[in-house]
Amino acid sequence: MRSVLVVGASLAGLGAVRALREEGYEGTITVVGEERRLPYDRPPLSKQFLTGQLDAQALALGDADEYQDLAADWLLGARAVRLDPAARTVALSDGREVRTDAVVIATGAVARTLPRVGARALAGVHSLRTLDDAEALRADLATGRPTVAVVGAGFIGAEVASSARALGLEVTVIEAAEAPLERALGRSMGRVCASLHADHGVRLLCGVGVAGLDEGDGRVTGVRLADGRLVPADVVVVGVGARPATDWLAGSGLDLDDGVLCDAGCATNIPGVVAVGDVARCLDLFTGRHTRVEHWTSAVEQPRTAARTLLTGVSTPAPATAPYFWSDLYRSRIQFAGHLLPGDEPQVVEGDLDDRRFAAVYRRGDRAVAVLAVDQPKAFGRLRRVLIPAAVALPRPA
Amino acid sequence: MITVCRIEDLPPGEALRVTEDVPAPIAVFNADGDLYAVDDTCTHQDASLADGWLEGCLVECPLHASAFDLRTGKPTCPPAKAALRTHRVEVVDGLVLLHVDATADEPA
Repeated sequence: MRSVLVVGASLAGLGAVRALREEGYEGTITVVGEERRLPYDRPPLSKQFLTGQLDAQALALGDADEYQDLAADWLLGARAVRLDPAARTVALSDGREVRTDAVVIATGAVARTLPRVGARALAGVHSLRTLDDAEALRADLATGRPTVAVVGAGFIGAEVASSARALGLEVTVIEAAEAPLERALGRSMGRVCASLHADHGVRLLCGVGVAGLDEGDGRVTGVRLADGRLVPADVVVVGVGARPATDWLAGSGLDLDDGVLCDAGCATNIPGVVAVGDVARCLDLFTGRHTRVEHWTSAVEQPRTAARTLLTGVSTPAPATAPYFWSDLYRSRIQFAGHLLPGDEPQVVEGDLDDRRFAAVYRRGDRAVAVLAVDQPKAFGRLRRVLIPAAVALPRPA
Repeated sequence: MITVCRIEDLPPGEALRVTEDVPAPIAVFNADGDLYAVDDTCTHQDASLADGWLEGCLVECPLHASAFDLRTGKPTCPPAKAALRTHRVEVVDGLVLLHVDATADEPA
């Protein structure tokens, strides 16, 4: 193998470049990135970047010395539009075609839009995925004293609400589901964490969908709810999840199903093609199922696995570790490791829910499958180590 | 010099965070009987290493699992790249005494 193309100049994409070099690969590496920026860290975009505590420069993931050592070619501002595995080529949006021996797919995910509103450009309406998105939102939040509506009470929406509140703004969060954060944290703990909004003077409306946006003079003026109510807003942030960026892979022959289907070693059904990060739906040895994990930590860990798989030619799974994410809301630090199914029961083992300082372990039968901590980092570090992976029978390597 | 605590208040495997009379918080660890002191805030992002997971003389950051060698302050596992400042710590007459590195006038 003399050339590798990494599609996606992200945390996972940079991780792939680093891992390939660490594993001793000396051939050509080319990285294609849709944004005209070198890889940067996304988690602060909804937190310290939005509140102005961090600037764009502080988000850079690599420095000049490292980029020189990595010796990769960066094709930025170009999007991959087609993968042809037989010809071993990737076509780019600017008409170029890159020939390569191997491909690392790290195209991430794209923000979902509201079904009845779509992606129509209306001043004051934002989603938050990229640094450009965050810069636009930050500028809008800093203009006058806008009233803010956040559609979606997931972690991105909740963090945006928290940051806007820290800026002293009036914020309403609108959530279609009855129970916020239910899929991530379960019903009861989702409610506990969502109660942080009310604790800090942010209004949370649950169980109501969005019918549309009101506008005046080309700018949003409010969110029209399905029950007819109007939430006035000068700035609307839509945080209703993300879908894997796999459109460009249609017709490539890759198995696609809510992401690029991979085995536990990040190998796809096509030899020489691996996938990592938000776009990859790998067999997760902890959950025992194919899981698309949109966590920062997975984008850090999977590239090491994928690089070994590519370079050895044999799918090489990493040990089973519980998927992990964190969130900072209103100065509370939420940490979660594991994976939940409906019916997994949490039990508080440290601290107190009313104090918003606690650790809870979720059980499935007699197996500890997940841990949630709010401002209990030390207990979390101990408890995440007692989680038990699902028993997975791995297919024998062919 | 700062008196941190009595040695029995810092048993093996435990850590204390010192925030008073220091330019930036310092974490003092008892790693299996050996005492170490380093800057408390991870060099990657805002997290307290006194809350981290201690294994031998390595501490793992509770937020992103960067690991640091307490003897040198150097990271042994990403994402952290920059080293922590180390500080001298000793036990005199049963008291844990911390000598803050004089160059440590600004947080890293």
